[in-house]
Amino acid sequence: MKENNNVISRTTELENDNYKWGFDFKFNPDNAPIGLSEDIVKLISNKKNEPKWLLDWRLKSLKHWFKNQDNEPKWANIEFPKIDFQKIRYYSSPTSKPNPKSLDEVDPEMLAAFTKLGIPLEEQKKLSGVAVDAIMDSVSVATTYQKQLEEAGVIFCPISEAVQKYPELVQKYLGSVVPYSDNFYATLNSAVFTDGSFIYVPPGVRCPVELMTYFRINELDTGQFERTLIVADKGSYVSYLEGCTAPFRKNNQLHAAVVELVALEDAEIKYSTLQNWFPGDTNGEGGIYNFVTKRGKCQGKNSKISWTQVETGSAITWKYPSVILQGDNSVGEFYSVALVNNYQQADTGTKMIHIGKNTKSTIIAKGISAGKATNTYRGQVKVLPSAKNARNFTQCDSLLIGDKCGAHTIPYIEVKNPTAQLEHEATTSKVSDDQLFYTQQRGISLEDANYMIINGFCKGIFKELPFEFAIEASQLLRVSLEGTVG
Amino acid sequence: MSKTILEIKNLHASVEDTKILKGLSLTINIGEKHTIMGPNGSGKSTLANVLAGNPSYTMNSGEIIFMGQNLNEMQPDIRACAGLFLAFQYPVELPGVRMWQFLKSSLDSKREYNGEKPLSTREFDNVLNEYADKVGISSDFIKRNVNEGFSGGEKKRNEILQLSLLNPKLAILDETDSGLDIDALKVVSKGIDSFSSDENSVLLITHYQRILNYVIPDFVHVMMDGNIVTSGDKTLALELEEKGYDWLTTK
Repeated sequence: MKENNNVISRTTELENDNYKWGFDFKFNPDNAPIGLSEDIVKLISNKKNEPKWLLDWRLKSLKHWFKNQDNEPKWANIEFPKIDFQKIRYYSSPTSKPNPKSLDEVDPEMLAAFTKLGIPLEEQKKLSGVAVDAIMDSVSVATTYQKQLEEAGVIFCPISEAVQKYPELVQKYLGSVVPYSDNFYATLNSAVFTDGSFIYVPPGVRCPVELMTYFRINELDTGQFERTLIVADKGSYVSYLEGCTAPFRKNNQLHAAVVELVALEDAEIKYSTLQNWFPGDTNGEGGIYNFVTKRGKCQGKNSKISWTQVETGSAITWKYPSVILQGDNSVGEFYSVALVNNYQQADTGTKMIHIGKNTKSTIIAKGISAGKATNTYRGQVKVLPSAKNARNFTQCDSLLIGDKCGAHTIPYIEVKNPTAQLEHEATTSKVSDDQLFYTQQRGISLEDANYMIINGFCKGIFKELPFEFAIEASQLLRVSLEGTVG
Repeated sequence: MSKTILEIKNLHASVEDTKILKGLSLTINIGEKHTIMGPNGSGKSTLANVLAGNPSYTMNSGEIIFMGQNLNEMQPDIRACAGLFLAFQYPVELPGVRMWQFLKSSLDSKREYNGEKPLSTREFDNVLNEYADKVGISSDFIKRNVNEGFSGGEKKRNEILQLSLLNPKLAILDETDSGLDIDALKVVSKGIDSFSSDENSVLLITHYQRILNYVIPDFVHVMMDGNIVTSGDKTLALELEEKGYDWLTTK
């Protein structure tokens, strides 16, 4: 790709050829001072011209967070130095004019930046059939396909804009699935969240395009605290994708997002993630701390929420996309590939909470560990007394590459209704020398053989992704696996 | 004039720290079919694996020249591209890897090595269907994952399919006939037989004389304790069938 040198300068501090998205962009950002206080929260709220109820909610969250600031979750199988929350910048906007009305208003340098990231936002080049909301650091910079979405009645916009335009909807659902007091990072997010996407699909509407948000952390020392809220009204359907990258930085950066999904009666939400935050270099320096709370509520009967995630990035990943199966006959699914290499750590899994009758959940988690990395699957299946005839199927497969990495599977199962049926399967395997030799004997190079076998291991998950995303996931896997054999 | 495809000189090889091959020499010319027989543990499979470059086996000394190139300096995939094929005794399963993709990648690699363009999807399908028919493999089979859940016979047929498709210069078959019922044996032998021509060579490793009823060798070698102890023509195989290997040790 031809580079525009006026806009893009590649960071050369760190050597890491495997991570293709490590360049940073030079904008003149509008930054808040570093540190966390009531004033910062007020400043964020003020910048976004928020109504009082939202500011009050933020302040309530902040108070709760300060009260509990020594109660960071410690149960996950991850290790990292204590984060100094007063050394993080909680608001950074790459330009002083956020929320453009249309692409014509978007800074051309910003468009160039996203094009370099592989996310063309210009109308003529936009991804076919995918509406994109692009978020740089703390603010949304562009949303495409607005017209088609308007015709269908689908709302897809930055959450800061939704607060202005659809305050009733936001107020009704914000915090309804992940309350502000839910956990340490969710509380922090509730206080300082800056942007994220908001989606509302009206009753009976099948969203005509895939909706996508592209997240990018650019500014140094900046935390990203986005908040995504998706509401699928009765009988509607939406498929949503999120992609993430960040530049090489020697320091660790914090990403503490909250995602809430609400599916009403007969509605379906399909949520796919390609998470490729900077994982740190081969010595384990730098990288994103990805501490994310994602939860969906199948509120109405016959509703369905499906999470598919491919996690290859971040120094540390801590996330458990979950489904609360409240409506009768509702369905929750979790499909995951988590790949860790070098010094990466991942503690990820899901929670399926069965409340309604005949609720069904499926969990298929594939963990791949290479280098000196640690991968933990942690999952909970809970069947409450009311959940008659609940069903769960769980399959956890771990694949090890080399002999210095680790894989752990920690399932929690809690059943309070005797009619429930749960199945749990778990395997741990290695890419065997025999498999590699067999493939090489057919003329395929060692590296390709390794990739082919690992791609095969992930096949069942990739097929759950929308087609173009599946190809990207497969390519991401290849890049992330470089140097793991031979 | 016969042209040499493979020349093994004074080959010593080991697995972990156990010496298996002890000074083996063998020459195979183009158009020839060789059979190696011998009791369990005599080093037949080791020979096959060393030739194909299995990293679990160590070549200690000696020389292997394949089509004028020193094999020891070539990675397993380069050996394969250069025309050396090993039909495995125990083909491994590759979960999630589609047969079609695997076979296409194999053929593409080989064609690229030879400076040829990869086949288009349609061209490849045609070639694949033709060979699949020949070895009695249905098109459903192609949609499955490599060897996953295949029966013993299906795995061996799959090896023969790959042999036909990749059309190597030297085909080494490591006990491909073991564990086959008579029908599968016929399919496999027919596959080997139709592959075999004046342009290539076969090294067939087997325990049993019965496959030699279908694939008639030009040479039969007997391996014992890491070396070839005697060689002859196909009548040697019949003699072995009758008298067993003990006859050779007491000779």
